[in-house]
Amino acid sequence: MKRSLSLLLAAMLLCSVLLAGCGGSGSGSGKTLTLNVYNWGEYISDGSEDSFDTIREFEKWYEQTYNQKVKVNYTTFASNEDMFAKLSSGAVSFDVVIPSDYMIARMAENKMLLELDFKNIPNYENINESFRGLYYDPDNKYTVPYTYGMVGVIYNASVVDEADAKGWDLAWNEKYKGSILQFNNSRDAFGTAQYKLGLDVNDTDHLSWDAALAELKKQAPLVKSYVMDEIYNMMESGEAAVGTYYAGDYFTMIDAQAEGVDLRFYYPERTNYFVDAMCIPSCCQNKELAERFINYMLSPEPAIANAEFIYYASPNAAVYTDEGYIEEMGEEAMEILYPDIENFSRNYNEYAYRSLDQATLDYVNSLWETLKIN
Amino acid sequence: MKMKRASKIYTALIMIFLFAPIAILLVFSFNEAKSLSVFTGFSLKWYRELFRDSETLRAVLNTLLLAVSASLISTVMGTAAAVGINKLRNKVLRSTLDSVTNIPMINPDIITGISLMLMFVFVGRLFGAATSLSFWTMLISHITFCLPYVILQVLPKLQQMDQALPEAAMDLGCTPLRAFFKAELPEIMPGVVTGLIMAFTMSLDDFVISYFTAGNGFQTLPIRIYSMTKKTVTPKMYALATIIFFVILSLLLLSNFYDEEAMNKRRQKKKSKEK
Repeated sequence: MKRSLSLLLAAMLLCSVLLAGCGGSGSGSGKTLTLNVYNWGEYISDGSEDSFDTIREFEKWYEQTYNQKVKVNYTTFASNEDMFAKLSSGAVSFDVVIPSDYMIARMAENKMLLELDFKNIPNYENINESFRGLYYDPDNKYTVPYTYGMVGVIYNASVVDEADAKGWDLAWNEKYKGSILQFNNSRDAFGTAQYKLGLDVNDTDHLSWDAALAELKKQAPLVKSYVMDEIYNMMESGEAAVGTYYAGDYFTMIDAQAEGVDLRFYYPERTNYFVDAMCIPSCCQNKELAERFINYMLSPEPAIANAEFIYYASPNAAVYTDEGYIEEMGEEAMEILYPDIENFSRNYNEYAYRSLDQATLDYVNSLWETLKIN
Repeated sequence: MKMKRASKIYTALIMIFLFAPIAILLVFSFNEAKSLSVFTGFSLKWYRELFRDSETLRAVLNTLLLAVSASLISTVMGTAAAVGINKLRNKVLRSTLDSVTNIPMINPDIITGISLMLMFVFVGRLFGAATSLSFWTMLISHITFCLPYVILQVLPKLQQMDQALPEAAMDLGCTPLRAFFKAELPEIMPGVVTGLIMAFTMSLDDFVISYFTAGNGFQTLPIRIYSMTKKTVTPKMYALATIIFFVILSLLLLSNFYDEEAMNKRRQKKKSKEK
């Protein structure tokens, strides 16, 4: 017995040495550059299901182009707030991060971003004009947009009457009591009510938020549950019939919908717009390399692969004008993902969420709690 | 009779609550579709996908590397600490040390995590490092919270042991070190092994402390799975969880088997003594 135990210990030790060996390779030699990328989880084409492995391909491409090895440390986060906390702790350094618009505004305000040198990002010219001068980066100094999207209404056409599928009213329709899903975060939930009522989602006036709360309270008895990513399973299985979520995620749901479930999608007239963009935080260790990475992400092959993987719309003309991409997505998807791209800038600046001041945020959160308690 | 049936139902209920979640995970890891609600057919697709996902595999390797090194180091340190505590004759000092080592175990993970992170950042700033968090800081954190579990397992074994044993060994000509390895260690081995296995599993599934002390580029599996919640967690993860479940299960069986064997041996020894 003693021998078998010592064998076990020896095996474990050997494992750890071997593992340490492969973990340490790459960072050992002085010539290899390191690039630290911080992105949302499941937000890049990663080689699964025979897709394009963006990170590995970048490493290959870089070695071929600049004759220098580069090792990408790719790490993921679950929310903008997680990312912000990690960066501002000062304990880590990332070279490229991909947060959402309102968080970018906050980071720029806190001087946490570096100005980009667009000489190193020539592919930026593929970005649609509508994505320049958006409120979070009015002078186009800090960001290169990665994906964008809008919130819409998803419904199960085998339960919901086609005639009812209009505007935000569907999510307030008594007929579908007990099968309506609402966002489980204050900003998005209040947003649906505010868009429905025609209110400004960035209002600092308490009365506007009170009105939205009253609307949400009216909806509460009809709501099956308040969800975030649980919405996928509930819509796919037909457990719920009406839900509000992002256009790109609707396609993920369609892929997995159960038999007898017929998911459809439409945009209400006024809705939320978001942009996730690549930027370089001030803790960056190798800015030129980071800019080259951003430029690579904009080039056709990786950009198309990412757009097909994530299912979100891309602001990159090399993607949405590419025939292979259009064919792959299909006509319906193209219509849903890219409605009215030319007017994006106007709609975005009018309807998108901006970061609220702390007093308003606190007020909204207190209202949200009263809703959730009842 | 009635009581018997009630107790059977009760046991069945407990078993269902304990194992139904794992059973569901296991079944859906073999699902052909991506959905968690509809089972469309048996397929090994997600296992294949899992072994192609290089980032997830790296996260698994990172987690294992961390768990193996943290559990080995904390077992050695913990055993040494237990031997030291056991030798103390001063009762006050001894009970103080005993409770001090238990603090990291009782302390909520989130507080341990935040304080470790703050300390690493503080020390890192002192030395002017841009990134203070790395594999090494995570390793230190994992050793920190594994240590008390090892001590907790080893100390009782030491106390059960006949205190004259090492003395007898030294009487017969062993050096103190040799006495420890020849006489003491075999006696406390079951405790050391249980401590090692406990430390390994604790380190393997830790999320909170790892989350706060993770640096860039070194991501463990729990952190990676957590960050998937923006979109859905893919069924690859069910496949991975199934594999991990069976690995842990076999480790557990191994440790039970070892305990049983040690127990039998002791019984036999006693019997032969009685004779």
